[in-house]
Amino acid sequence: MRLNYPVGIRIVKLPCTGRVAVIHLLKALEKGADGVFVAGCMEGDCRYQAGNLRAKKRVAYVRQLLQSIGMEPERVAMYNLSSGEGPRFAEISREMAEKVRQFGPNPVKGKGVRKEKAA
Amino acid sequence: MIMAKPKPIEEIINEIKGFDKILVAGCNGCVAVCEAGGLKEVEILASALRMYFGNQHKNMQIDEVSLTRQCDKEYLAEIKDRIGSYDAVVSIACGAGVQFMTEMYNTKRIYPGVNTCFIGVTEEKGVWTERCQACGECILARTGGICPIARCSKRILNGPCGGSSNGKCEIDKDVPCGWQLIYERLKELGELKRFEEPVSPKDWATSRDGGPRKLVKEDSQI
Repeated sequence: MRLNYPVGIRIVKLPCTGRVAVIHLLKALEKGADGVFVAGCMEGDCRYQAGNLRAKKRVAYVRQLLQSIGMEPERVAMYNLSSGEGPRFAEISREMAEKVRQFGPNPVKGKGVRKEKAA
Repeated sequence: MIMAKPKPIEEIINEIKGFDKILVAGCNGCVAVCEAGGLKEVEILASALRMYFGNQHKNMQIDEVSLTRQCDKEYLAEIKDRIGSYDAVVSIACGAGVQFMTEMYNTKRIYPGVNTCFIGVTEEKGVWTERCQACGECILARTGGICPIARCSKRILNGPCGGSSNGKCEIDKDVPCGWQLIYERLKELGELKRFEEPVSPKDWATSRDGGPRKLVKEDSQI
């Protein structure tokens, strides 16, 4: 279809959004992503029955956590669309990119908080 | 097992904001099962703290470790070589783990990252309920395997009380009346006669009324 969507988007493929854990969303932000969206199947259409519903809860949890640490919760979002909806994916990507652009760059990007492996 | 729930992150931030190097220490025992203090929760808490302090332009190092248990010295000893380099530790083990770490590394500040709640069971994924108050003198044999100390809001030994209505406790319509559960269980077992013999007052000296408790098993001692 040769659809256009923002070039800055990096796609991480998973067999089901049920595999998305809270830490995956946090790591993406901690490593500098300006926003993260989870693109799951339509509710009620999950091949594994409830994977997208689980992802939805985890996204909600991360949004709450971001609010607690003073970051915009909307930097993380969940969308539901079928695998046949290429144009919708491109539209969501543009929508998300535009939303994140309004917030400005991820405030954590390039900051000095470090981590070393302890044990 | 022992159940806990994460403290609000704002409370943890407030405790550690004055330090430069923090270790977030999890426990892979009970608190990992109730998804409050295991390896995954260490990663989440540490990541959130790093983002918060990064956002505050504070140059801070926040590391992660998850021990097999924090209530045993041999596992706590795994961090003895490196704990010296940290200003403070946020332990997300239960209260026992936090205290044992404090005892072992008494020059360090150890802050709790969870609120320890109760001894309970996993009802279903994500739902835990209380079953035992560790009173020190188990009476389950007389109550059909349902504990009136843990399951009755008043901990009464001869229930139910007048607050029991339609099998629920007066404190909350979603809380089953412990004594109603005991009645139904004893009825099923054909042991309703037990209700004809009042239970004598309990000796609470084996519970918290007797002060901090200690167990010694001489044949286990080296």
